[in-house]
Amino acid sequence: MRLFCKYLKIHLKSQMQYRISFLLITMTQFIVAFSSLASVFFLMNRFHEVNGFTFQEVLLCFASILMAFSLSECFARGFDRFNTVISNGTFDRIMVRPRNIILQVLGSQIEFSRLGRLVQAIIVFCYAIPACGVVWTPDKILLLTLMVLSGVVVFSGLFIIHAALCFFTTEGLEFINIFTDGGREVGSYPISIYGDAIMKIFTYVVPLSLVQYYPFLYLTDRSSNPWLFALPLIACLFLIPCLLLWRFGVRHYRSTGS
Amino acid sequence: MNKLKKYGAILRIRFNAGIQYRAAALAGMATQFAWGFFSITLYQAFYRGNPQAFPMTFQALVSYMWLRQAFFSLFSTWNTEGQILNAITDGGIAYELARPIGIYPMWFMRHFSARISATLLRAIPLLIVTAFIPAPYGLSLPANPAAFVGFLVTLLLGALVTAAYMMLIYVITVFTMQPQGVRMAFNAFSELLSGSLIPIPFFPPALARILELTPFAAMSNVPYRVYSGDLAGAAAWQAVGLQVFWLIALVALGAILLRQALRRTVIQGG
Repeated sequence: MRLFCKYLKIHLKSQMQYRISFLLITMTQFIVAFSSLASVFFLMNRFHEVNGFTFQEVLLCFASILMAFSLSECFARGFDRFNTVISNGTFDRIMVRPRNIILQVLGSQIEFSRLGRLVQAIIVFCYAIPACGVVWTPDKILLLTLMVLSGVVVFSGLFIIHAALCFFTTEGLEFINIFTDGGREVGSYPISIYGDAIMKIFTYVVPLSLVQYYPFLYLTDRSSNPWLFALPLIACLFLIPCLLLWRFGVRHYRSTGS
Repeated sequence: MNKLKKYGAILRIRFNAGIQYRAAALAGMATQFAWGFFSITLYQAFYRGNPQAFPMTFQALVSYMWLRQAFFSLFSTWNTEGQILNAITDGGIAYELARPIGIYPMWFMRHFSARISATLLRAIPLLIVTAFIPAPYGLSLPANPAAFVGFLVTLLLGALVTAAYMMLIYVITVFTMQPQGVRMAFNAFSELLSGSLIPIPFFPPALARILELTPFAAMSNVPYRVYSGDLAGAAAWQAVGLQVFWLIALVALGAILLRQALRRTVIQGG
């Protein structure tokens, strides 16, 4: 953990060297995220509600997923860019150091400019939390926190899978985007509105609905089942197969020799 | 004639390079397919709740989405030619200037043909697969033969407008030597305003009317809606006129700016 904090500090320092570029990139990140917020706004403005969910309730889902995504993208970026680490041989260097491999990959790249999305998520939360009509009791605050945190875990798991596959293909495979970027877009709305097929995929394959839709039902008093609290925690188990795949990949790693 | 041959050669080289990455193309297709599926189910939820508020037929929307996925590479405002950007920043531009061919048309051709090669590879399989998906989720046939011809013409025009818009990124990079920021900003604006996130008819009416006049609406918006007959008659002709206007305007702007930029360029040996 101390090592990770050190990595954090190094990256923060190095990125602050180019302050204007940093601010510009953070701002454009904000604009990019803003376009998906705008499309949610335009659609909800036209149709007023979707499957009985109001605009403010949709925003609550939107912000929780966006926040989870931006946090994990900021810190797990090293896994997202892992194909370059493999193809230019840096991974050999990581292997010979007497420290945890995952920690080193995590620390290899931390992009604070990705927090442009996070700023947006916070702003949307500031609007949606009072406006969505939920009576905020301690248990609901706890649940919302759990939703975001386990969302970070699920997205990080996806980034790890993405990196682990690079061991076998060297090139990054675009299709994992279906679940990372796709998960973020699908998560902009309560996942149930996409119908059964997509709901099943995002429950049993990638447990995104466990961190978004089901706890959300509790928040908005559509269900009072206390078991819904366990779901975000169960979703965290998703990390186990991801790490196993990663370990399998590391064991089968053959240097590209460059 | 000789000149055409040169452009043809640029197109062929780029095309051959593009089709080398077949596995990447396959993975890309799967992604495009999934995105199309997500979007269509989302709009279906909205359509079920309130069909009156839907600004086009559901069928037209489904076709719009599949065309968007199929021709993604043709209209994406994210893909730039790394070669050109490198040439600008590392000084390779000196060689480019020495070639017996105008630099604007050469970059334009190189950029445009990269798009065409990426698209041909991905679009055709996707169009075939989606055409076989049962109604109302599949790509339907064009509204009528005239709509199909109109689609092809506006598709070409729209792709040219997009390429001319993207040329501005290279031109600005010649001034700033820093492509990242410009590139991100250009992409952020056009992605929302060109209707690739949500189709322009779904914008609030007042905003949509203004947008229709901008170069952003002259990109992919026109062909996708002409195809399904959503945009037809006088409105379609007006859209074609705007496409031609923006194509000329953007090319002129890019070419003039580039000439200005090159006049200031100093190649620093090496």
